[in-house]
Amino acid sequence: MKTAINKTMPSSAEGMSRVDGRLKVTGAAKYSAEYTPKGLTYGVLAGSTITKGNIIAIDTKAAERAPGVLAVITHLNAPKVPGDQPEKGKAADAKGALKVFYDDKIYYNGQPVAIVVADTFERALFAASLVKAQYKTEKHITSLPDNRDKGFPPRGEGTYKRGTEDAWKLAPFKVEQEYIVPTVTHNPMELHAIIANWDTDNKLTVWDKTQGVKDTQGDLAHLFKLPKENVQVHSQFVGGAFGSALRTWPHEVAAILAAKVVKRPVKVVLSRADMFTSVGYRPFTWQKIGIGATADGKLTGITHEAAGQTSSYENFTEGPTGVSQSLYACPNVNTKYHLVALDIATPTWMRGPGEATGAFALESALDELSYQLKLDPVELRLRNYAQTDPGSGKPFSSKFLNEAYQLGSDHIGWKDRKQEPGTVKQNGWYVGYGMGGGMFGAYRAGATIRAKFNADGTLLLQSAVSDIGPGTGTAMVLIAAEQLGIPAEKIRFELGDSSLPNAPTQGGSATTASVGSAVYKACADLKEKFQKLAGNGATNNPDYTKILKDSGLPSLEVVSETDGGNGMQKYAMNSWSVHFVKVLVNAATGVVKIDKVACVSDCGKVISPKTARSQVIGGAIGGLGMALMEESIIDHRYGRYINNNFADYHVPVNADIPQIDALFVNKPDPIINPMGAKGMAEIALIGMAAAVANAVYNASGKRVRDLPITPDKVMA
Amino acid sequence: MENKEAYPANDAAQDVKDSSRRNFIKQSTLLTAVALTPGTAIKAAADHIDEQIAAVFEKMPLKMQVNGKTQNLSVEPRATLLDILREQLDLTGTKKGCDHGQCGACTVHVDGHRINSCLTLGVMMNGRKITTIEGLANGNQLHPMQEAFIKHDGFQCGYCTPGQIMSAVACIREGHANSEHEIREYMSGNICRCGAYPNIVNAIQEVKDGGMAV
Repeated sequence: MKTAINKTMPSSAEGMSRVDGRLKVTGAAKYSAEYTPKGLTYGVLAGSTITKGNIIAIDTKAAERAPGVLAVITHLNAPKVPGDQPEKGKAADAKGALKVFYDDKIYYNGQPVAIVVADTFERALFAASLVKAQYKTEKHITSLPDNRDKGFPPRGEGTYKRGTEDAWKLAPFKVEQEYIVPTVTHNPMELHAIIANWDTDNKLTVWDKTQGVKDTQGDLAHLFKLPKENVQVHSQFVGGAFGSALRTWPHEVAAILAAKVVKRPVKVVLSRADMFTSVGYRPFTWQKIGIGATADGKLTGITHEAAGQTSSYENFTEGPTGVSQSLYACPNVNTKYHLVALDIATPTWMRGPGEATGAFALESALDELSYQLKLDPVELRLRNYAQTDPGSGKPFSSKFLNEAYQLGSDHIGWKDRKQEPGTVKQNGWYVGYGMGGGMFGAYRAGATIRAKFNADGTLLLQSAVSDIGPGTGTAMVLIAAEQLGIPAEKIRFELGDSSLPNAPTQGGSATTASVGSAVYKACADLKEKFQKLAGNGATNNPDYTKILKDSGLPSLEVVSETDGGNGMQKYAMNSWSVHFVKVLVNAATGVVKIDKVACVSDCGKVISPKTARSQVIGGAIGGLGMALMEESIIDHRYGRYINNNFADYHVPVNADIPQIDALFVNKPDPIINPMGAKGMAEIALIGMAAAVANAVYNASGKRVRDLPITPDKVMA
Repeated sequence: MENKEAYPANDAAQDVKDSSRRNFIKQSTLLTAVALTPGTAIKAAADHIDEQIAAVFEKMPLKMQVNGKTQNLSVEPRATLLDILREQLDLTGTKKGCDHGQCGACTVHVDGHRINSCLTLGVMMNGRKITTIEGLANGNQLHPMQEAFIKHDGFQCGYCTPGQIMSAVACIREGHANSEHEIREYMSGNICRCGAYPNIVNAIQEVKDGGMAV
């Protein structure tokens, strides 16, 4: 592609700027809470103050009498959600999503017990504080380490074995260690929000923060027993999500119920504190790795155990041990995954789900092994490089991870790294280097594009897909510009609307591969239609506007559908990454400073260099937060988060982050789709936490196995 | 907002209102202080529109200039500048990210200085000049900082962007953009969860080094 990068490391100014950039820098981009349907009202949720038990009484009188209040809804007076009612042949207590205002049961602290609707936000917020519930409290459990003995294998994802179990134990060089990834919360900057309105008794419109308008449409149609076409979902701009908007949450249903009661549109915007309890999180996960190698660094066995937390009412799995099954060529691998049900809300997928957690343990353990072997960690990885997928034996659709290792180590100055830890000290700071990598499935799903070429030379592309920030519209416009040979500024991409043609939910790094394939096909179909119109003498670069003019047509339209491709049948398909980090560790305080970062992605062809670079840097910074500061802390005596705000839950700020170099192997994958593009969102984060931990060890000689790597742990 | 004010009161909800306050209004000598005849007020109470009258007492006048336009408003003392901008003036470019002054998404300029509008009560803004992201460009001509953010991709999802840009402009005006290190330090009150920090720094440096008027 002529728009693609021709070097491995673009600068921030290179490539086409975002197609929606102007809207975003002028404040004109409208997010879900920013629409004003006639008669708009405000809903504020009141949450449970206990962690487990039952509501025995709920006093809503004061709230009802407060100025401007239109309704106070609890489990006692809420309209029934048809889809929440028990189904015939299904156990009434079957596990599943939390049913809001369904009964008196409390499953976690902060669970919505009421929604107060008023004519202004201030009045609703005040009135919500007046709702008083009385509870019958039961003993709760919220700590995974204290309850690991209660673990159970999730259905279908419990154990895996190839070769001999625990073969690592017989190896001459071996490591066995435990690793902790704490609860980490997505915390996108935009608070989750919804405006719900019943247009008629059986027609619902929502402006909702969601990563998939079609999924949300389907969920709401099911819950409220409506035909899908009677549910309209708008989500044109999404202020980040990282997984938190992959499913339909209780506050969305609460807003829809409230709108039904007050017969007016209801807006619900979660508070930042709600963001910790209401829209998922990366689950606290305990892991243990046993890994062994021969004296020349050939892996002989890996045993990877993991126990992750879930809620008492729903099983959430994310496969943290998968990375140990596939990242390295190793003849003997066995893994075990357990869930521990706690009195907390259900976790959900967060950027690099499963792999980010698993790669912290595996890539840390590999680093520990490299020191035993006195072998360069990059060399150890190269000696166990998987040429084919170790799990399935299938060939990879493409894999250039070895080139990524080379690019990254050259760029960071890996040759300056000393194998002996704690030996380089400058001005009171230990200096060290570390690396860690990962993989994530390269997925592709079916998608449909409507493409309309107008007589004025403009092209309109339409898809229901959401864009939570990576720049989907920008990448799609670039694909169409390339395929049709027209300027990008003539192309408009419409998205985030459930009435538009089908697209998968934006998740799993699959959007460009999936929707991009449909754009590619729509352009090919459109071109063919033009060539047919032109008849004899049609060229490969038809003059579209002339053909329309000659034919007397105002426009030409195609609707093109692509499936998920069949590459997965024959190939193992993944994106790969490796992160190299140089850190400074303060000898007196244990403070870790990130000095230099080089992230290398092997994600096929890069479609949009500017936004791809930003996406990789963004993922890297998410990984640095996971490594150094992020942890949602529960006071287990009360089962309540105690750092549920941005002052106490630290995410990286500008001062924490140096320039980060994003490098791309940029070689097309010949299988996944005609563009050769694979996903990059997850791999940008996966492996980063281990890279930092490994660098901290190389600098200071202190191995930290429980994230985040805070100064107290470095000094301990 | 026009739509909301024009919407008829919800009768069912009015019926459950606090009767003590209704009685207070019926009996209050305060009524003589307003240009209402007692008869009108009593009739108003009987018609269950006393809450609207009470709301008048609870509100305070606010006159401020927003993006060059004078706004004469009547606001509750507890309403924040952020919520007044977003909910009453439909200036939704200013974002709510935490409502606690911890994230910077709500940054606006008051008399040229950056502040967190979520930590600022509207009634404190009498006579002040507010600039929001909507007022930064000169018509269709973007502010140099807006141009630089587009060029250097100083955002992904765009939600923190208005706050970042308002902060970035102030950062240069304050004289706090003299080095990469200084920019990072003085931009650390604006969180970007997508992780656009290096690009934001590049954008600010370009504007600063370009010597353009900000």
